[in-house]
Amino acid sequence: MDGARHQAGIAAGRISAEEAAQNFADLHPPLDGHEAAVAADRCYFCHDAPCVAACPTGIDIPLFIRQIATGQPRAAAQTIFESNILGGMCARVCPTETLCEEACVRMTAEEKPVEIGRLQRYATDAQMATGRHPFTRAAQTGKRVAVVGAGPAGLACAHRLAMHGHDVVVMDARPKGGGLNEYGIAAYKTTGGFAQAELDWLLQIGGIELRTGTALGREVTLDALEADHDAVFLGIGLGAVNALACEGGDLPGVEDAVDFIARLRQAEDLPTLPVGRRVVVIGGGMTAVDAAVQSRLLGAEEVTIVYRRAKAAMSASLYEQDLAAARGVGLRYNARPVRVIGTGRAEAVEFEYTVDGPDGLTGTGETFRLAADQVLRAIGQALETGPLAGLELDGRKIAVDAEGRTSRAGVWAGGDCTAGGDDLTVTAVAQGRDAAESIHRALMEG
Amino acid sequence: MADIRGNFVGIKSPNPFWLASAPPTDKEYNVRRAFEAGWGGVVWKTLGAEGPPIVNVNGPRYGVVYGADRRVLGLNNIELITDRPLEVNLREIKAVKRDYPDRALVVSLMVPCEEQAWKDILARVEETGADGVELNFGCPHGMSERGMGSAVGQVPDYIEMVTRWCKANSRMPVIVKLTPNITDIRYPARAAAKGGADAVSLINTVSSITSVDLDNFSPEPTIDGKGSHGGYCGPAVKPIALNMVAEIARDPETAGLPISGIGGITTWRDAAEFMALGCGNVQVCTAAMTYGFKVVQEMISGLKLWMDDKGHPDLGAFRGRAVPNVTDWQYLNLNYVTKARIDPGKCIECGRCFAACEDTSHQAIAMRVEAGQRRFEVIDEECVACNLCVDVCPVEGCITMERLSAGSIDPRTGQVVSDDHADWTTHPNNPGRVAAE
Ligand SMILES: Cc1cc2nc3c(=O)[nH]c(=O)nc-3n(C[C@H](O)[C@H](O)[C@H](O)COP(=O)(O)OP(=O)(O)OC[C@H]3O[C@@H](n4cnc5c(N)ncnc54)[C@H](O)[C@@H]3O)c2cc1C
Ligand SMILES: Cc1cc2nc3c(=O)[nH]c(=O)nc-3n(C[C@H](O)[C@H](O)[C@H](O)COP(=O)(O)O)c2cc1C
Ligand code: SF4
Repeated sequence: MDGARHQAGIAAGRISAEEAAQNFADLHPPLDGHEAAVAADRCYFCHDAPCVAACPTGIDIPLFIRQIATGQPRAAAQTIFESNILGGMCARVCPTETLCEEACVRMTAEEKPVEIGRLQRYATDAQMATGRHPFTRAAQTGKRVAVVGAGPAGLACAHRLAMHGHDVVVMDARPKGGGLNEYGIAAYKTTGGFAQAELDWLLQIGGIELRTGTALGREVTLDALEADHDAVFLGIGLGAVNALACEGGDLPGVEDAVDFIARLRQAEDLPTLPVGRRVVVIGGGMTAVDAAVQSRLLGAEEVTIVYRRAKAAMSASLYEQDLAAARGVGLRYNARPVRVIGTGRAEAVEFEYTVDGPDGLTGTGETFRLAADQVLRAIGQALETGPLAGLELDGRKIAVDAEGRTSRAGVWAGGDCTAGGDDLTVTAVAQGRDAAESIHRALMEG
Repeated sequence: MADIRGNFVGIKSPNPFWLASAPPTDKEYNVRRAFEAGWGGVVWKTLGAEGPPIVNVNGPRYGVVYGADRRVLGLNNIELITDRPLEVNLREIKAVKRDYPDRALVVSLMVPCEEQAWKDILARVEETGADGVELNFGCPHGMSERGMGSAVGQVPDYIEMVTRWCKANSRMPVIVKLTPNITDIRYPARAAAKGGADAVSLINTVSSITSVDLDNFSPEPTIDGKGSHGGYCGPAVKPIALNMVAEIARDPETAGLPISGIGGITTWRDAAEFMALGCGNVQVCTAAMTYGFKVVQEMISGLKLWMDDKGHPDLGAFRGRAVPNVTDWQYLNLNYVTKARIDPGKCIECGRCFAACEDTSHQAIAMRVEAGQRRFEVIDEECVACNLCVDVCPVEGCITMERLSAGSIDPRTGQVVSDDHADWTTHPNNPGRVAAE
């Protein structure tokens, strides 16, 4: 095994099974009862609490924490799920340091917020451990809604519609539901097959049929969906990736970070997953950080994130950047790729330094090279507009109003595929839920 | 889902959580918002007789005792009964009751000890459509100097007399609110029962001085360099209230008399405990004053979930269930022998159990260092099972009390543990023991 550890190129077997288990264990391990009691006790039960305003789904955080403090974590879970049916996943993946916990008054007081995310996990785990679904459906309305995309937006929408008594068909192009919960989120944030367990638990509400391997633009069209259903919701996320327009960008060894991550998330046995000895990740968001950190955890010796702008402009939070640094990932700022060098496969990347001035980003002319046998592109995902013919866009995403209505009557959209969001799981949940309420109002008026 | 609807002396409410007569219930604005937040009922802030309104101090009214992290554990006040005109209160009561017919609305009253005064006000309250009245015989400051409040509540004969007047002059249910500032709560409770009260509610506030300002040597809250005693409430008074409730619930002369529990109720669990000791419902003041009306949501959800978990379909299913288990010391089983057990897996090595036992109890905890870790172990030969270590341990469930099984030997006494009940009444050291048959 040790021979493989330092093998050149992209190779499997750089880590042992024990290392894999250790490296990919929960980033934020669950709180035990005592830890939860101590953490919950710190909440001041603020009035009109800033944490609630900072949560895109508006969970009543002080109430659920008080319910934990008074020994009723399942009552707390009910409070959470009423606002956010994927509260279990959000507890694991939300960048709380820029959401609820950043807003916590104890952040102002002591720079040590109440651990809202972990308390949320404590509560939701308690409910999900019972295996029981906490909601029942209203009387059936006979209305049928098609939901395209089984990611957080689609699932939140489907669940709320089913609760209101509508029948829902959820279609997804991929072989499994869950969207990026299943194929994108870092493995150490959602361990133990949680995404599928949560999906199964969510579907227990009834009234939702999940059809995987069914793509809009392939098996079905928007026109056909509209004809067969009373309403359509699009939660298709961002299926395309931005191209890396530079010389050598198509050499073997260069690929999209999201594909690498999807492969990693689906791997049965992590040590058998090939990874470069030297990995260069190009980009500055959460995807870049996740790809870099997970390459390191798979045993890559040298991993560097190169971002074209300054540190402060990086969309990965400071917490995420520190996490990468702590896992031994190098971070370089203000450099953009010029070309990928190699004969037959990637061997190095040449970068040019940049300055971010009044005329935008400009190159300084000075360059440097980083050896790389694997290059991961994480320069942003984009909307696949092909199957959407006719829908108005806002920039490069679907245009929607505050309720999630698109330019086409009877078609709603939410999540990453729509304009105006911040590309987070929790935002997708909020938009899916709100669109469901809007659809419900529209269907019941008619 | 458990049914938590309440029916207290015929007064119905969607849940058993009422706001006690105090600032939270002093006006229409508050009470409407409380009902919107989910409270099942209110006892309106105490009304006085017709005439010039009561005046309050214009300086601070409250004193407080904090726990860690400035948590309010006890609150002291020198506020009097409502200082708003009687007609305004009555008009508002009528409007609120009309708009919230499903909620309990009880009016608290305190007027001079003359039958006519009570007769007058009862007639006017009846007109509002209120569900009942609560007689405030409890307020320990200000009003008591004027012969009302606890000045009445401390004299059982007066309680009986006023209660009888109220029953004679009104068809509304009459709840008598008792003061804890008395030696034996059973006497005022018996007096209320004799006077025909439909129920008693307790406790009102405990006479108190919360602190002294060490710069100007005046009690807090300080009004121009002086302070007077006030009434204490909040979590700190809960144990006093629970005991008084239990005393009334198990007194043969008052057993079965409906009780509305008050005093330090802050969570669903506190409420369930009061009801287990016989209360038909509960009233809350300090928790709402500390955290706002929303606390009731935690109380409702927590109580329901606990009832579901335990299989109690409604409040009656567990009301009073703890009453038969309240007994006198002399009947406690002396053959119930336990020892403390410390779980090393949960121990965080703080050493508080050791300090407590070594310095102030029975030197029954051994401390040693093993592989760089502090280990604490109970010495069974010394442990008297006092439970202090459990109480001071910061980790719940780390130290527990384990019962020695019958037939084993208690290493402290060298005696074989028996599973027969044996208490002080038959103990050889008791000079007044009753001979065993
Ligand atoms: C690598 C990575 C890490 C991330 N980490 C975090 C994180 O830690 N925390 C966080 O809050 N957010 C994170 N995000 C963002 C988060 O995952 C997304 O914001 C969220 O999943 C968006 O939800 P969605 O439902 O809009 O889209 P998606 O989750 O992308 O789901 C869209 C679904 O639609 C399906 N679909 C697409 N096109 C079609 C079609 N034509 N027909 C049928 N089905 C289709 C897809 O297969 C997919 O299942 C991360 C994203 C990435 C890429
Ligand atoms: C500021 C304040 C004013 C009060 N005023 C009254 C009153 O007018 N009438 C009354 O019966 N009790 C009054 N009380 C007592 C409360 O109704 C209640 O019995 C007591 O506070 C104990 O409950 P708690 O521990 O939940 O606060 C008052 C309490 C406070 C704190
Ligand atoms: S802001 Fe912080 S302290 Fe206040 S309610 Fe929210 S979690 Fe609690």
